[in-house]
Amino acid sequence: MYKIVKKRVLNPTVTMMDIYAPMVARKAQAGQFIILRVDEDGERIPLTVAGYDREQGTVKIIFQIVGGTTMRLNAKNEGEYISDFVGPLGCATKTDGIKKVCIVGGGVGCAIALPVAQRFKELGCEVHSIIGFRNKDLLILEDEFKACSDKLTIMTDDGSYGRQGVVTVPLKEEIEAGEQFDEVITIGPLIMMKFVVATTKPYNIPTTVSMNPIMIDGTGMCGGCRLTVGGQTKFACVDGPDFNGFEVDFDEAMSRASAYADFEQREREACCNLFKKEVK
Amino acid sequence: MAIQPKKNQMPVQDAKVRARNFGEVALGYTPEIAVAEANRCLNCKNKPCVSGCPVNIEIPSFITKIKEGDYEGAYAVISQSSSLPAVCGRVCPQESQCESKCTLGIKFEPVGIGRLERFVADWHNANFKGEPVVPESNGHRVAVVGSGPSGLTCAGDLAKKGYKVTVFEALHLAGGVLVYGIPEFRLPKSIVQKEVETLKKYGVDVETNVVVGKTITIDELFEDGYEAVFVGSGAGLPRFMGIPGESLKGVYSANEFLTRSNLMKAYKEDSRTPILRGKNVAVVGGGNVAMDAARTALRLGADNVYIVYRRSMEELPARAEEVEHAQEEGVKFEILRNPVELLGYNNPDDRRDPKNGSVIGMKVIKCELGEPDEKGRRRPVEVPGSEYVIDVDCVIMSIGTSPNPLIKSTTEGLEVNRHGGIIVEEQTGKTSKEGVYAGGDAVTGAATVILAMGAGKTAAKAIDEYLSKK
Repeated sequence: MYKIVKKRVLNPTVTMMDIYAPMVARKAQAGQFIILRVDEDGERIPLTVAGYDREQGTVKIIFQIVGGTTMRLNAKNEGEYISDFVGPLGCATKTDGIKKVCIVGGGVGCAIALPVAQRFKELGCEVHSIIGFRNKDLLILEDEFKACSDKLTIMTDDGSYGRQGVVTVPLKEEIEAGEQFDEVITIGPLIMMKFVVATTKPYNIPTTVSMNPIMIDGTGMCGGCRLTVGGQTKFACVDGPDFNGFEVDFDEAMSRASAYADFEQREREACCNLFKKEVK
Repeated sequence: MAIQPKKNQMPVQDAKVRARNFGEVALGYTPEIAVAEANRCLNCKNKPCVSGCPVNIEIPSFITKIKEGDYEGAYAVISQSSSLPAVCGRVCPQESQCESKCTLGIKFEPVGIGRLERFVADWHNANFKGEPVVPESNGHRVAVVGSGPSGLTCAGDLAKKGYKVTVFEALHLAGGVLVYGIPEFRLPKSIVQKEVETLKKYGVDVETNVVVGKTITIDELFEDGYEAVFVGSGAGLPRFMGIPGESLKGVYSANEFLTRSNLMKAYKEDSRTPILRGKNVAVVGGGNVAMDAARTALRLGADNVYIVYRRSMEELPARAEEVEHAQEEGVKFEILRNPVELLGYNNPDDRRDPKNGSVIGMKVIKCELGEPDEKGRRRPVEVPGSEYVIDVDCVIMSIGTSPNPLIKSTTEGLEVNRHGGIIVEEQTGKTSKEGVYAGGDAVTGAATVILAMGAGKTAAKAIDEYLSKK
């Protein structure tokens, strides 16, 4: 059992938790992920590491409440326990040889982008961050990004905060203005990452994407997380989750991500009803 | 007394009924049937059956105990050699091991050794009330990576010699392939848990949720005070054929399909892990895993389940009993067929049609058997122009695995072969790294439970010798 040491609501749909898991905390690095089960009989879900405290033995996770499992997780409070927490899995984000980087995050993906940005800052890189949200209410981690970015641009779809528009607009502007990024790292919805890659490709700026496909074991056994990268089958859990964005088949990844849409919808409804009853 | 020429049948669930439930197929001998079967054993002096057993169980001795009605005594004989008798009695390919050497088998059907082993283990599990005798600790600590058949065997043997053993398991439940791979209807999970509990009683610690190579490395295990490490991390990444369409929705590796159903209990209606319940399911491959996947698909409600295999029935690598059971239950064998392409649904008028990208067909080509390959199995040769399409809404690829890269990539000095399997000395399981031993699928690539157990046993003996000298 793994204790929830801290819980913070970042916005109505996104929650942050620090989980006591010293073995995971000892090894975790930016870009890696963990797999958890909320309770016995729960499903296994992967979440990217959003931070860690090696001394306290805690690992930070940030999740969007999107389905049955994340609803159940969100219903847990500080001091309570979840049944399983395993990691760190996957490979850490590569930082070698990078002096100037642009981090492009979208929505809850920003939670994962943050430790990457922090890591580059620690290494003395120049960090530009562009983070996008649907609206002001969904904005998360603004202060944290400010603290680790040499330049921060916030975008909202509806213009309710920062600039109005999508993240690729300022990205293209910065590139056009002559910013020489050694690498662009993007983490967020598949469709956003696809367009970030389309933006950087004409300038041939190396672009890393962080993939988050459906997984079960997360250790290189089931093959459920396979992606086509550069025409080859790759497994996000052991070969990734970071990949060369120019080589990822995003359309296939998007199709595969929808495989259980019906089931997920039913689970979500069942779970909503369950929690409604409990409230009464 | 004349010898009964055929094995005593084991009661089984009716094929039509069991094809729709996940209860165990074979129900096991009653004591009366077990004694009758035991009485078929000639108790020959040269005991050829023992040499056919990868862990060398004293087969005639335990059968003699059954004849005497001393079932607990029979269990004691088996457990000297095997840590997991209830498992082996169910999943060993006895027909190609102990039973293939049985003297009775020259003229008649061999003694049903596997069925008797199962009977003895089940009898013990149901009736034994005592506690195992825990040996005095010898102060040495050994780490075992993976809680599958090789790891559990190695841990059990060492614990019985007084070693303090910790087993590290990556998943949330111990048992490895016995829990994620082999289905409930063939090996009830309660039996695996019981075997794991028995090991714990011998003082074995089982730590779940630890991925060796990620959470902790082998070098760190030594730093933490373990004096030897056994790696039984199992088979790794599933293989795919490399044909078009393998990334379509509805295409699974057997590992994924079975893990969803077995480990995550997706076969239960209220499971929180989804699984596609296909109506027309094609399973590619002919091994035990393919049979397990096919029979699981049937139980999940499929109308048609096909085994697509490129050789003939004779070459099927699966255990004979599994093939028989699959046939009885209605699995169709599309033999001498090789898939060349998987076809997907695409609605040109609606990009958002949720069916887009789902598998709807498998194009296969007919094969004929040609010259034998290096293993002596006749090679399938494709017949040009013989392609046709099978309608499917689910495809399960069961064509093997390649070893997991996690341990190799994080362990300095551990040598692997060109397939990624850990290189070991066959007689000891010793690897190229001091104090590190390995066995099971991590070494051989996908093989059987009992071979993995044999390797765990060999390594336990070698580790004992290594640490005794230290």
